[in-house]
Amino acid sequence: MAGQSGTGTSATRRLGVLVILMLAALALCGLWFSAEDVVQGSTVRMMYIHVPSIWTAYIAFGLTGLCSAIYLSGKNRSLAWDRVAGASGEIGVLFVAVSLVTGSMWGRLTWGTYWVWDARLTSTAFLFITYVGYLAVRQLGGTHRQRARRSSVLALLAILEIPLVHFSVTLWRSLHQDASVANPNAKVELDGLMLFSLFLGLVAFTLLFVWLVLHRQRTMMLEDAFSDRGLDVAITARRNEAGA
Amino acid sequence: MDTVIELSGVVAVLGQFPALAGVDLSVQRGEIVLLQGPKGAGKTSLLRVCAGLMPIERGSGHVLGIDLATNREAIRSRVGLLGHANGLYLDLTVMQNLQFWASTVAATESEVSAAMATMRIDGRLAGVRASQLSAGQRRRCALASLIVRRAEIWLLDEPHAGLDAAGRDELDALLRSAVSSGATVVLASHERDRALGLATRTVTIDGGGAA
Amino acid sequence: MNNTTIHKRRIAIAVARKDLTIEWNSRILVNQVAPFAAIVMVLFAFALDNDGILQRVAPGLVWLATLFSMLVVIQRSFTVESADGALDALRVAGVDMGAIFVGKAIALMVQLFVLELMLVATAVVLYGVEMTMVGFCEAIVTLVVATIGLGSVGTLYGGLAAGARGRETLLPLLLLPVVAPVLIGATRATEAAFGSGGTTVSEGWPWIGLLLVFAVLFCAVGTVAFGPLVDE
Repeated sequence: MAGQSGTGTSATRRLGVLVILMLAALALCGLWFSAEDVVQGSTVRMMYIHVPSIWTAYIAFGLTGLCSAIYLSGKNRSLAWDRVAGASGEIGVLFVAVSLVTGSMWGRLTWGTYWVWDARLTSTAFLFITYVGYLAVRQLGGTHRQRARRSSVLALLAILEIPLVHFSVTLWRSLHQDASVANPNAKVELDGLMLFSLFLGLVAFTLLFVWLVLHRQRTMMLEDAFSDRGLDVAITARRNEAGA
Repeated sequence: MDTVIELSGVVAVLGQFPALAGVDLSVQRGEIVLLQGPKGAGKTSLLRVCAGLMPIERGSGHVLGIDLATNREAIRSRVGLLGHANGLYLDLTVMQNLQFWASTVAATESEVSAAMATMRIDGRLAGVRASQLSAGQRRRCALASLIVRRAEIWLLDEPHAGLDAAGRDELDALLRSAVSSGATVVLASHERDRALGLATRTVTIDGGGAA
Repeated sequence: MNNTTIHKRRIAIAVARKDLTIEWNSRILVNQVAPFAAIVMVLFAFALDNDGILQRVAPGLVWLATLFSMLVVIQRSFTVESADGALDALRVAGVDMGAIFVGKAIALMVQLFVLELMLVATAVVLYGVEMTMVGFCEAIVTLVVATIGLGSVGTLYGGLAAGARGRETLLPLLLLPVVAPVLIGATRATEAAFGSGGTTVSEGWPWIGLLLVFAVLFCAVGTVAFGPLVDE
């Protein structure tokens, strides 16, 4: 259970320390120890942030979809599933944004442009917009249950749409034959330490994601409990209106 | 005697506002229950809860034996609600509205004609667009759709509003005949005197609860 | 086929007929939306200011104008429901939401189809497009399949965005990303039909396949998801 003064517990603190250590290790490996790329030079180091970010975003959105499905299918429909879905969605949007920005910077450094219309970047942009929409729908208000039902259905719709959009965009760019050239990611050859650093990055970011989601869903729980308590106060006030 | 509505400690919210703050209500079949109380007391919300439109936040409720917490969708086809709005499509004529309504609830031509006759909707009125009707005329159309529904419970929110004297008498006669055919009526009105003659029982609603 | 299925089909047909009758009575599509779409096409010409380019991108402009106009038509479709609480009344009556979805989607598809025909005609006139007979057939097929997808997904998200304050502005944000595959597929197929930029007619058919997948998917999903999304 969450501590009195915050949402941390001994478990999340241990996790937090681990995350910090791994990120430090990632920074060392990625920025210092690992080799430069033959073609790109030092700019390849963007990969250690860019790739784990998008990877984590996919995990996040997958989790959102999964929790939404569980929420809808369960008999008693525990709101906790909806909260995890929402927290995961928020963090996912964060990581997609990081991925887009780093991807854009990487492109600028290697190819001179901030944006190219390659399949992956475009699909990622759509992923971002779709989940921004998801977050907007979560803010529509109403009771917790209304929010939960609406968002869950929307999350499942998103899971359906994203592959469709990705497929369409890929097909679209394949017409133009420049897809693979434009992606700095595609031509990097990874030696041992680089590969290790990349995996280290994936693990570190995933753990960071877990830590963030744990805290965020706890704050959401507190927010919900707060508004429930507000409801108790409101109920008493309402009853007192009678005969006034 | 058969309890058609049973509410116990029901809390229902509109966003964050507790429209119903712990309501107890028990209605038997064949009753005409008048809900009276000041504006904002929660009468409309109470009717919507009984119609299965509004979810229950706390407490328990059963309508026609169906649990409002788990299965309120099942109530809907058996209950008729006349809210503040009339449920009309303003760009359609009265006839088009009623025919559409009839086809969604699988009613026959003769049932529609009978309902129109009961509510004094003649051929001329039937051809008028809903947007051009007076408030009272719209109310009569809404009541005609309610008749066609063959609902077991009639939930009426300020049904007399907008009707002229003749209209009100007709409404009272309509409700009495519905009850004698086995329906139950719950109506909310702040026209105390009017509805008193009609109702078999009065319940006062205030501050989101039954006083 | 049992009683319920027949009844649901009747409901869907009744709803579609009702929506189209409302449009016929109020003529919003003809009086407001079509002129809007036409103006959009003209504005494109002002912005792009180059006959060669206009002809080349005509397919894209037709579909962009369609998507923008569609937002208005969808909102209209749901405004008529909430103006006097009609959809609420249908919900209370326990009318099957899936059937309502199908009915409204069909009505939306019909209106969009009429609009698109008009836009294609406008493109032919304004942008100097020339089509062969085969190309014309392909264009019609594209219109039909794309419209089925747009009608379904538009009704679904239109229901979500309907009514309550702060919701109507949500429709573009939610809907436009979702219809991206339709924009891509329909534009490519229409390019093939128009023969823009040297595309041959046969190149369009795979894209029509994509549109078909989209259409089938959202017809199915919409029928199931509409109720939960619209209900309180």
